[in-house]
Amino acid sequence: MPKRSDINSILILGAGPIVIGQACEFDYSGAQACQALREEGYRVILVNSNPATIMTDPAMADATYIEPVTWEIVEKIIAKERPDAILPTMGGQTALNCALDLNRHGVLAKYNVELIGASCEAIDKAENRELFDRAMKSIGLETPAHGLAHNMEEAYAALDKVGFPCIIRPSFTLGGSGGGIAYNKEEFIEICSRGLDLSPTRELLIDESLIGWKEYELEVVRDRKDNCIIVCTIENFDAMGVHTGDSITVAPSQTLTDKEYQILRNAAIAVLREIGVETGGSNVQFGMCPKSGRLVIIEMNPRVSRSSALASKATGFPIARVAAKLAIGYTLDELRNEITGGATPASFEPTIDYVVTKIPRFTFEKFPEANDRITTQMKSVGEVMAIGRTFQESMQKALRGLEVGVSGFDPILDTGLSDAMDILKRELKDAGGERVWYIADAFRQGWSVATVAELTGIDPWFLVQIEDLMHEEARISKMALSQIDRDTLFKIKQKGFSDSRLASLLSVPELEVQKHRHALNVRPVYKRVDTCAAEFATATAYMYSTYEEECEALPSNRRKIMVLGGGPNRIGQGIEFDYCCVHAALAMREDGFETIMVNCNPETVSTDYNISDRLYFEPVTFEDVIEIVELEKPFGVIVQFGGQTPLNLATRLEAAGVPIIGTTADAIDRAEDRERFQQMIQKLGLKQPPNCIVRSLDESIAAAEKISYPLVVRPSYVLGGRSMEIVYNEEELRRYMRNVVKVGNDSPVLLDYFLNAAIEIDVDLVSDGKQVVVGAIMQHIEQAGVHSGDSACSLPPYNLSMEVQDRIREQVTKLAMELGVVGLMNTQLAYQDGEIYVIEVNPRASRTVPFVSKCIGVSLAKVAARCMAGMSLQEQCFIKEIIPKNFAVKEAVFPFNKFPGVDPILGPEMKSTGEVMGVGRTFAEAFAKSQLGAGERLKTGGTVFISVREADKRYVVEVAEKLHKLGFTLIATQGTAAVIAEAGLPVNKVNKVNEGRPHIVDMIKNEQIQLVINTTEGKQAIADSSIIRRTALRHKVTCTTTIAGALAVCEALLFGDNLSVYTIQELHAEL
Amino acid sequence: MINSAVLALEDGSIFRGKAIGAHGISSGEVVFNTSMTGYQEILTDPSYARQIITLTYPHIGNTGTNAEDNESAKVWASGLVIRDLPMLASNWRNEQTLDDFLKSRNVVAIADIDTRRLTRLLRDKGPLNGCLLTGDALLKMGEDKAIAEARGFPGMQGMDLAKVVSVAKSYQWREGLWDLVEGHREKPMNNPFHVVAYDFGIKTNILRHLAERNCRVTVVPAQTPAHEVLALQPDGVFLSNGPGDPEPCSYAIAAIKEFLDKDMPVFGICLGHQLLALACGAKTIKMKLGHHGANHPVQRIADGVVSITSQNHGFAVDEATLPANLKATHRSLFDGSLQGIERTDKPAFGFQGHPEAGPGPHDITSLFDRFTDLMNARVSR
Repeated sequence: MPKRSDINSILILGAGPIVIGQACEFDYSGAQACQALREEGYRVILVNSNPATIMTDPAMADATYIEPVTWEIVEKIIAKERPDAILPTMGGQTALNCALDLNRHGVLAKYNVELIGASCEAIDKAENRELFDRAMKSIGLETPAHGLAHNMEEAYAALDKVGFPCIIRPSFTLGGSGGGIAYNKEEFIEICSRGLDLSPTRELLIDESLIGWKEYELEVVRDRKDNCIIVCTIENFDAMGVHTGDSITVAPSQTLTDKEYQILRNAAIAVLREIGVETGGSNVQFGMCPKSGRLVIIEMNPRVSRSSALASKATGFPIARVAAKLAIGYTLDELRNEITGGATPASFEPTIDYVVTKIPRFTFEKFPEANDRITTQMKSVGEVMAIGRTFQESMQKALRGLEVGVSGFDPILDTGLSDAMDILKRELKDAGGERVWYIADAFRQGWSVATVAELTGIDPWFLVQIEDLMHEEARISKMALSQIDRDTLFKIKQKGFSDSRLASLLSVPELEVQKHRHALNVRPVYKRVDTCAAEFATATAYMYSTYEEECEALPSNRRKIMVLGGGPNRIGQGIEFDYCCVHAALAMREDGFETIMVNCNPETVSTDYNISDRLYFEPVTFEDVIEIVELEKPFGVIVQFGGQTPLNLATRLEAAGVPIIGTTADAIDRAEDRERFQQMIQKLGLKQPPNCIVRSLDESIAAAEKISYPLVVRPSYVLGGRSMEIVYNEEELRRYMRNVVKVGNDSPVLLDYFLNAAIEIDVDLVSDGKQVVVGAIMQHIEQAGVHSGDSACSLPPYNLSMEVQDRIREQVTKLAMELGVVGLMNTQLAYQDGEIYVIEVNPRASRTVPFVSKCIGVSLAKVAARCMAGMSLQEQCFIKEIIPKNFAVKEAVFPFNKFPGVDPILGPEMKSTGEVMGVGRTFAEAFAKSQLGAGERLKTGGTVFISVREADKRYVVEVAEKLHKLGFTLIATQGTAAVIAEAGLPVNKVNKVNEGRPHIVDMIKNEQIQLVINTTEGKQAIADSSIIRRTALRHKVTCTTTIAGALAVCEALLFGDNLSVYTIQELHAEL
Repeated sequence: MINSAVLALEDGSIFRGKAIGAHGISSGEVVFNTSMTGYQEILTDPSYARQIITLTYPHIGNTGTNAEDNESAKVWASGLVIRDLPMLASNWRNEQTLDDFLKSRNVVAIADIDTRRLTRLLRDKGPLNGCLLTGDALLKMGEDKAIAEARGFPGMQGMDLAKVVSVAKSYQWREGLWDLVEGHREKPMNNPFHVVAYDFGIKTNILRHLAERNCRVTVVPAQTPAHEVLALQPDGVFLSNGPGDPEPCSYAIAAIKEFLDKDMPVFGICLGHQLLALACGAKTIKMKLGHHGANHPVQRIADGVVSITSQNHGFAVDEATLPANLKATHRSLFDGSLQGIERTDKPAFGFQGHPEAGPGPHDITSLFDRFTDLMNARVSR
């Protein structure tokens, strides 16, 4: 069947900002869908509020709307563009929900738009639990037994059905909080009564517990002729009870016989047919009893997903691309399997001859108050994937690719503790994010596979291999490096041990291990990912390293540029850096270089084998990178685009003779080393806040006296503001030095005078070493003190005079020239009382590069890459700053709803996972859209609660006045109320929590408050008021924690909801 | 102990690895199979007689072996080549590790070699004859002798192996398909069809599929003459899969001609399909790259429907030689080779792949229904 000719234009719904559970994988799928549909000649219209995506690049679609993915906004886009069809399966749950909303509100019918890829009925059937159960029953599949309860009587009835142990979940609580597992009646009563209280609908879901069952996921693709294929089968290393997103997973499945596997395969296909997924990819999740093989179906998603991205990278079969083609009418046999150069059709099932391991990456250190046990609700923020010829190799590669300070199974347990064995037992039974290392420790302690299997529910097949690795480690640690012969070392490397881990075991420097290994000629070979286990030849250079006999890399003699990626996503280093890497690779390819990408993040566009000429799916570590460099011999290696990961390798790589292009490692050091930085600032006659470096508590107290409080304190060399705090007095400083410094041990602590209430400014620029062009000046909405990654910002600045902006331009240009920047540079500045202070200079790609590029219509990353490869700005015709006439606001998006108990206050430590962009003719319009895009639905009236710190009282009247005019009723805590009343505004006083009841938290709980403005400072005051913000979050009340943010909210409310939609293509045309 | 085994190929290539299974010497045609599951079924598939099987998935033996998953009573393959034998078999149905299974059946095998290098070599050069030499045999003979042995292996062309692997005496079959809870069980039958199945190396899953469809099966030796079969008054004749070259099996070809003359419903799988084609006057060829895997797309020509199928064959029917009354029904989407045929004038058809799966997908098991449909039509005539 050829493609459909009855539709001409297709609207693709994007996934919006990166949040936990919905990350870069939807940029990968969305970008593939855009390309797949455009090359077929369709007009592609795209909506996605996330500017850091490749899919929102202007060349990816005919009309690109960086607008909120809400049905109201999408309706406006539909009214304007009149698409024939909507593809809702590429943008995760956001896009599916938006499609259902459009249908529910009659928009699809009104504009006669058809959903392709998945129908509303199919989405409903997959998502509605009762419908899903009924559908599964009709095809003879079991779902876990479960019941609903609205009181204890119903709860007992449900218990009769499901038995002990059972899982109890209150409906509609934040992040599934308040639930639990009951093993006995006492626990059951306790959890149920608590849950009924917590649930706003007084409803409990009571499920049969499948804890300890095996978990499998199948990626299925179906076309309109009912041809079905399984692209990949994933087996979870962690047993049921841990969310798949938080589980270590392995492909292909390891512990199923063919007969059992075929049961899963048949069931998965039957599920797609029954749910009615006519075309496209879906994942189907199963639980299996390890003792009987009894199968239950857990869920299915009628769309591409995180796991389909993983499956695509794991097999080389691009599911999203194929799904997009199927949605417009092709059948699988009409499509080619591109990785084999089209020698075979897409209608086959990939078979692999290696093992893929995915490990999630957690960020609990950012949320110390959060519950760090991993359960059925996803908490990880990123993941790493590794490919090896064996499970051991792939596992150990994944561990070092995670970049959490380990190079393999490094010990984690402090065996000196008296309760070490109890800790170990708890860590195995009640999993946290680091369980896999505790498992290794258990084997080091001599625990048996059976014991560990009993505690963890993990299949012994996996465990015995970790045990073997520990035996191997014990053997190695008894050897001397020089005695290790070639055969022994080869076998060790085959098991995936890194040089660095071997160095620890042998107590020698890593380079010694490398030297010995090279002397014995033990080098990795590179095998290709080809979807077919070598049955057919492939010209596609998608590769992974292993220790075997034959190398298939076949490097060319062309001039090559190698780009090092950023590894797994984490807070502070995410999709923005991948965007830069992809742009660098694309630019270099356009300029005739052969491009080589090295990265290990399966979600990303950078690890799409089509983006670069050669893709090495490898951990971004010194050892793994240097081996590729020595094989490929690139002309230049780009390290400044992948975030801190490759940057941290720069010095060692350079020392090893790797040709790093762009800004020198020395210049990077000059910017990062505080003393050298200070010298430079002084030399250039610039200002920075008074500051000092200290290494002890006493030193810090003395220095603080000199600089004076408040102070910003942080360990040196950090990204994303790790452990950064503002201290207001000596007591707080003492506590900080005691608690935080011991973590960083030898790393010194930086003290900076905190520029309270200053305006913070971000500048991105690009330089070729001879000339500097400013990319953009961005003004933060939140004042200094809030991490730049968490702060909203406006481009161009919304209330900074031209004169100040020009002084900023002059200063950053001086800095860039002094450092000899070749490539990108980001500067953070603060403006206070007529003075400009340089806070930080980062001669590398920053998080704002994609946002700036979208605003100015020029890819800064591409320009910078070309500068690094030797092309001047003059030659690139990029010689003048482009200042947009319209406004764009970038707003951060936070994971607080996944971490009940965490205070959603903004501060110097970065906590956001993603960002959105709002565009408008005015700042107010842009800001309003940014809020909508970030999921914040501002209430236009009602009661506002205001409580501000002393320093903000001079601004609070302006805020109160605006809100009063908008019709809000004002209530405030005593001090704030006094200030507002003095200005002649009507205000009621409300109790703080410690002032007696009813207090503000009662009011929020009773839904009497529609907006919270709560600014505070100082550790104690923050702790005291945390309950207000946490309650607001739980009750979905907009809560702003800075006075500048409050003013911006007023602006947005004044603007109202008459938002227009703009394509970035039209905005760029106006530049 | 590290290099305790070698695989030597006729082109002089040597792969050094670790001996697993039984120690000894064994020669055969080296082929690779890309299926990620089903090593036990593959090993016990008689179609692999005189072949050394390389499995491309690196970990083989993960789930051990059990009595339920055999496709015949013994291992017919000449040897097994794998990348890694796991240190533990883990599955609730496991009864014996793969290593013990191989030892107890005297199968020579090698692990810890770069199986991808071997696969690429076979892909580029076509199947090569090889010799596995493990344990003491290796120490005694040396690698050069192994290469000589490989070169001495006569190859598959012109080799009639069907009669070698076939059963000596006929027997009855009533056991149905495997079920998760009940395993294999005797199928209660109600006025069943009587199928005579020629055993050219038959896989038991074929018999189970027939039993599942209310067929009482009499399995007969490969060389059973047609009149003896007809005397059993079957409702249909089934031609099994099997090893080797179909061309020399003149006894079978002659018998099939008689069944066709008698308008007997005939269904052939794999070798049986090739024999049916030969009986109809078509020709078979040795393929450069045979099909061995569980992911092969096969398209039904009539309506374009694609099935993912299990495949295991080194010979194929040459589509160009089909007579007018033999129609192509299926083709491989991997290489366009012929996968299915049917007589336009007789109730007879054949399929090159393995609809019975075991191992592999169940996408095309409906071919067995087609066979029972033909028998139904004959009964009602």
